Amino acid sequence: MQNLKALSYKLRRDVVEMIMAGKAGHIGGDMSVMETMVSLYFHAMNISPENRNDPNRDMFVLSKGHCVEALYAVLAEKGFFPIEQVIKEYSQFGSKFIGHPNNKLPGIEMNSGSLGHGLPVAVGMALAQKMDGRPSRTYVVMGDGELAEGSVWEGAMSATQYALDNLCAVVDRNRLQISGTTEEVMHQDSVEARFKAFGWNVLSVDGNDIDAMNAAFDEARTVKGKPTLIVANTVKGKGSPVMENKAGWHHHVPTAEEYEQIMKDLEAHEKEVL
Amino acid sequence: MNKITNRQIACEVLSEHARVDRDVVVLCSDSRGSASLAPFAKEFPAQFVEVGIAEQDLVGIAAGLAKCGKKPYAASPASFVSTRSYEQAKVDCAYSNTNVKLIGISGGVSYGALGMSHHSAQDIAAMSAIPNMRVYLPSDRFQTRCLFEALLKDESPAYIRLGRNAVEDVYAEGNCPFEMDKATTVCEGSDALIVACGEMVKPAADAAALLKTQGISATVLDMYCVKPLDAAGLLNAAKGVKLVVTVEEHSPFGGLGSMVSQVIGANDPKKVLNLALPDAPVITGTSKEVFAHYGLDAEGIAKTVRENL
Repeated sequence: MQNLKALSYKLRRDVVEMIMAGKAGHIGGDMSVMETMVSLYFHAMNISPENRNDPNRDMFVLSKGHCVEALYAVLAEKGFFPIEQVIKEYSQFGSKFIGHPNNKLPGIEMNSGSLGHGLPVAVGMALAQKMDGRPSRTYVVMGDGELAEGSVWEGAMSATQYALDNLCAVVDRNRLQISGTTEEVMHQDSVEARFKAFGWNVLSVDGNDIDAMNAAFDEARTVKGKPTLIVANTVKGKGSPVMENKAGWHHHVPTAEEYEQIMKDLEAHEKEVL
Repeated sequence: MNKITNRQIACEVLSEHARVDRDVVVLCSDSRGSASLAPFAKEFPAQFVEVGIAEQDLVGIAAGLAKCGKKPYAASPASFVSTRSYEQAKVDCAYSNTNVKLIGISGGVSYGALGMSHHSAQDIAAMSAIPNMRVYLPSDRFQTRCLFEALLKDESPAYIRLGRNAVEDVYAEGNCPFEMDKATTVCEGSDALIVACGEMVKPAADAAALLKTQGISATVLDMYCVKPLDAAGLLNAAKGVKLVVTVEEHSPFGGLGSMVSQVIGANDPKKVLNLALPDAPVITGTSKEVFAHYGLDAEGIAKTVRENL
């Protein structure tokens, strides 16, 4: 069985290479969301390059689209495209590997970038799966700062109205957004209670613990009659003290010195869990 | 006088297709009554999605349904669906290229005295500016049927504006010339060209009849396909005329008039006058009263042509 803990750190290094080569990217959120992405693509979801057009595949929307580098790393590892191509082309002139998800690329269902869009879209997907009696599920990943968008709550309401138990949303709760902490910018401390009040099943776990994420996705699958929200409590910039819990690293491109240190830290983490 | 509204025809066509194709789905935002889609909701509860008063959710859900193979028609007042959910139209429908058809009901100043919040005098400009979004304004019930039949065959996003009130027929049962994305010539003349869309086509045709009695002959072109604009059809109709007049139930900016002026200016420069609503909240009244006040009725259009030839 694949060591998903080690994989999460290896893919973080791929993300850093991408950002260094493209001189752009949302590194902090990429690092916090990595275990969520690895758990989805290597544990929870029925998706692969072979079944990417199968109507019974699981559907995924990256609503916090700015963390597309983490998605590229995971999709490359799944075999949708070579990682070398991503690192070479990311953010370059004329590239398909742009700074937000783009469904001209294999493996990406919906374009995103503007926040607050993913949950309503995922509701539509889950509804279509229900209408057609499919066994498949729909997953959507949002940021915590994103929850200030009103459209998130429109989607939250309709998900329970239609009892979409085939829908599982994740909030990457890293507690930081571009201007500071979420609590300073727009408070989200009661996110669990808010979603419960909207009728959701809510799980709150350590989002940088791959075992906890795998277990949460497994549990969500067993809940009937309502959608599940997983609050993935994470550390922004997870993997290196150079960037951990620093709002300034929302989209900072590492200097050469920072790059050296980050790669050392990520390799050390990877070895530790191998 | 015709009593059947274009929205009733849209419901009829969608219902006919829903009976044989369970992927045809209608979504409303507490708007099934205004959209004349209550009969659809009643007959096809499993193909009808109510989202409540939440237009962003309406369009986002429609995009998700489309991504999973459904053929969603999302109907909500034009004033709201073209602005409140504009970003969803741009990103989730056009940019993601999902097969979502947005129906803007009670378009233009259909809601008359309800005020500017309920008027959609900006929808053509807004929707046309989005890459991969098409914009259609059918003129009467016969053309509405042809248009919906055509839209049900394609897989790209589109915005369709329908009015609230029944409009007089431009065409007739069994005699509605229609080719997708090609303007329809309503009548032919040699002095002036009147280009109209949506509910302005009938007054434009009446204006041409009026002008004929005064010795002026005018072509009337029904440009129901505002985007993609039928530039070839327009230039062909404009050949040899001295004056082009556009008529639309829309702001003077970024609508049919602007697009026609661009094409004429670049290819066959001549005088183009744009008849439209003012760049201001419109005067209180029924849509008929509003049209007459701003010269968007047959008399007003004829007067503009006559005085500028």
